[in-house]
This record gives sequence, C-alpha cells and structure tokens, in this order.
Amino acid sequence: MKRNITEAAKVIRSKNAGPYELTFDIMFKTKEYFEHFKENKVINKKMFAELYKIPEADIMTIVWFAPANAVKVTIKRPISSGAPGETDIYGAQQHAPLFNIEF
Amino acid sequence: MTKKEFKVLSPTAILGYGFPEASFLRGIEQKPDLIAVDAGSTDPGPFYLGAGKAFTDREFVKRDLKYMICAGVEHKIPVVVGTAGGSGADVHLEWCRQIIEEIAKENNLTFSMAVIPCDVSKENVKIALDEGRIVPLAYVPELTKKDIDDTTYVVAQIGPEPIIEALKDGCDVVLTGRCYDPACFAALPIMKGYDPGLALHMGKILECAAIAATPGSGSDCAMGTLTEDSFILEALSPDRVFTCESAAAHTLYEKTDPYHLPGPGGEINLENCSFKDLGNGRVEVKGSKFVPTEKFYLKLEGAKCIGYRTISIAGTHDPIMIANIDKVLQQVKERINVLSGDNKRSDNLFFHVYGKDGVMGSLEPNPNVKSHELCIVIEALCPTQDQANTLCSVARSTMLHYGYEGRVSTAGNLAFPFSPSDITVGKVFEFSIYHLMDTKNEILFKHRIEKYEQGTRK
Repeated sequence: MKRNITEAAKVIRSKNAGPYELTFDIMFKTKEYFEHFKENKVINKKMFAELYKIPEADIMTIVWFAPANAVKVTIKRPISSGAPGETDIYGAQQHAPLFNIEF
Repeated sequence: MTKKEFKVLSPTAILGYGFPEASFLRGIEQKPDLIAVDAGSTDPGPFYLGAGKAFTDREFVKRDLKYMICAGVEHKIPVVVGTAGGSGADVHLEWCRQIIEEIAKENNLTFSMAVIPCDVSKENVKIALDEGRIVPLAYVPELTKKDIDDTTYVVAQIGPEPIIEALKDGCDVVLTGRCYDPACFAALPIMKGYDPGLALHMGKILECAAIAATPGSGSDCAMGTLTEDSFILEALSPDRVFTCESAAAHTLYEKTDPYHLPGPGGEINLENCSFKDLGNGRVEVKGSKFVPTEKFYLKLEGAKCIGYRTISIAGTHDPIMIANIDKVLQQVKERINVLSGDNKRSDNLFFHVYGKDGVMGSLEPNPNVKSHELCIVIEALCPTQDQANTLCSVARSTMLHYGYEGRVSTAGNLAFPFSPSDITVGKVFEFSIYHLMDTKNEILFKHRIEKYEQGTRK
C-alpha cells in the first residue's frame, strides 16, 4: 500500500538559494526512510517536474545528503526574486505540493 | 604543535534580529577570541540593495551592536561585522558606521575601527566585462553595459582577505560592506593559522547563530570552537542544543548543493565531512575542506529601478464571481486596455489572488478554487508613480463595478478593508547583477581606519 511522505519526513521546506534558484529540502525521520527513498529514486526529476508542472530542464540538481538524511532539489526560479509578478520573495511557501508524494 | 582552541561568539543570525542578554553574557564568560555577526542577505529581495535602505530596524541594530562593541572593547575581543546595513553598499556601510559612532560617543569608548567599502565602480565592472572576466551564475542573464548603467549600487561579496588585512593593522572593530557571510567569522582564525575549510564551514553555520540548533532561533547566540582538526558547536541558551542532525541540516539551508558551497576564491567541500555528537548539546564537525578555484572570483550583486508600484487590497465573497474569477480578471484587463486606449496597458497590472494561486503563482499545481472567499491584491507597476496610481485606481474602479456574465449582486464586486483603498508603494527594483567577477587575484578592497578616544572620533 502506498504511504504518504509525511510518515517518512520530518521536514519539508522550500527557500531561495540566491535570487535565481529555488531549493527544496526533504529531511527524513530515519536513516532507513532516507535509504528507501534514495534506493527507489522516489524523488526524481520526472516526478518533480510533473508535481510542479515545470520542464525537467528547469531542475538543476537532486542531491542526496546522508549527513542530514535529506534530499535537496534545486530548480530555476520562475522569475528572479522580486521581479514583476513575484508571489513569494523568500521562496519559503512553495513546498506544499511535496505533501502529495507517496512511497 | 597542537593549537589552542579558538572560540567565536555569534550573537544573532542577522544584526538587528536581537538576542537574549543572558545568552550573550554566557558567551562572554567563555572568553571568546572573536565576536562576529553577519548583517546581510539578498533574501528580502532587490529593493534594499537597490534603494540603499536597511531591512532591519535601526533601534535594534544599535541595541545588538552596543552589546557586542561594549563587550569587545571591555574584554579586548575583536568584533567583526559583515555586510553592514543588510546589503553592504557604501550607503548601508555609512548608515551602520554612524550607529557605531553613536555607541562610541554614548559609552565613552576607546577603540580603533576598520571600515571596508565593498562597492565596485561601474567602470571597473565594464572593464571586466570587456575583458571577459564576468561570468553569470546559473539562470542569470548575460550582463550588458546597460544593466551596469541602470544599477544603483554594485557590491562585491568579499572574502576573508580584506578583513585579515584590517585585523593585521590591529583594529578592534571591523565593519565591512557586502561580505560572504562565513568570512567575518573565519577571517581571524584563518589569519592565526587555523584550517580555512573548517573556519569557513564553522562560519557558514555560525552566521545563522542558533538557527542551526534545535529548537532553532535566529535571535539567540551560538558559540563555535575551532581546534586543530575540527570545530565544535554549542548553543548558549539552556533551551537549545546542537545535534548532528541540526548541524547537518543547516548545511542544506539556502544552498544549491550541500557538498559544495562556493564562495570567494573557492568552495567549501563537505564530501568527507562528519558530524559527531559530544553530548551536552555539543556537536563536533570534521573533514570540511577549502578548495581554491584557479581564478579568484568574487560575486557581484546589484539591482536596478524598474518603476513604481501602487496596490489596492480587496476581497470577494460572491460565489458566482469566484467561480469565474479568471475570466472576470481577464475581462477587466481588456476593459482597461480599451479605456486607456493602449492595448498593452494591462501588462503593467498584476492580480494576486489569494485563495487561488496568490502564493505559488505559475508553480501552483491546483487549478480549482475551493475557497469561499478570495483576497485580490491589485498591483500596478508603471514607469512613474503617477501612472501607477492612475492604473491602480482605474483597475480598482473597473473591477468594483464590472458587470461580469451571470452577475446577481449589482451594487459592487469588491470588499475593501481600508479607506483610502489604494496604497502608493514607491520605487520597485529588480536584481540586475548577480555575476562572478574574476579579480585577477588582486585584493580590491582596502580598509580605512577610524580611531575613537573616550567616545570622540579622532
């Protein structure tokens, strides 16, 4: 049975990484969950692009960071921070679609 | 020979965020070798750099600085303040310098201060551009001479080198313009021969003070202790601890890739970095390395004015209007183009629709509006303030009385919480420079020294 990511993750967040990038962190509750997600590539470019309706080419990196049991996804910001049409200067409220991830 | 420990006290994540006096005094009791704070960030957006304004409050910046400088002078501990005024242009530097001058006067302090301007002249940026020494960061457009001309202040994020030069001159306080956050923590230990990778990584964590502890806080103090081959983190409030996880997690914060943290002249490489819990809320970090790049790059930042903004905040509770909101907004835009006789007029108009996609904009994956009410922020962004006022006013009145298809409520479409309903916001800025510059290994930023005797500047 598919389970929701909130069972496995204790931190799910987004933030600017400079004014031109947006970065997402998912920190898992345990090493086991981290390994499970990593080995099964639950977080991958294809699913992330679909989740946010962006081209895969806009996904800069997906990095698995073992010291924090975390995965980090960095994407191109739709516009630079504060440019016309901005909705979230700090980029801190772009994480909610990640709550829909199942594993 | 084993080096003595080197202790760095970080009072707060951003100068002006505040910190508890008790935590600071607990830090001072440990006899730190350095008190350092980072005052800057690009996070609050392009306005503050572009307009030359601080994003923190003057009273609280002064309050934080008073603790730091008085304690530093009394106990002969060097104080380093990075990115004065939040964005670190000369205008911000002067703003912060005046605050320190006031503190010196009001407390009859005797000390010497180095001030390091970090602005780069537009002429020098253009020369670097012509010589092919400007490299855009990811997703940043190629720099043009027009961008350079339009930019108000161009700053460079300096590394530890200019701070080291100031400290070598025996300055008690160092105040810098735009500075790579970790550099204000790392400069003195690097000067004293500690490993730059460890010193910079420790600075990277300490620049956010107790944010990297758990529970995290941007307005509480943290202490970092450098040894020969590691550094140790501890919180200075009994309510917080550092854990391996909190320290490692912080390494992710606001970065593209946690294993490689680029900065002036090189990167901190964390591929072999390890975190060890020492108990009592202390964490030891080992294995961080500084890897210099072949060319010495500094990051340039700048913003340009792109116009003036006027906004109006309104709400709707009408289910028929809410169900057709996209169509209604589109028709309002078309109507405005007709009224103004300019079919591009509405390009200067933005509707922020909270309850629909006001937060996520183009990244919003959910097309359906479920809210029973919506907040609509009407934003007009025009070349002049008068034009923005006019456009916002016309958009507001048009939307208020627009007879959309199926309308039943004919007295008015919007609820305004305020009178006046329109708010003049002023100048709007956009980042125009976010590029690396190859400095040809020259130290471009020289400090000047100010001496204070019994509070008087000599």
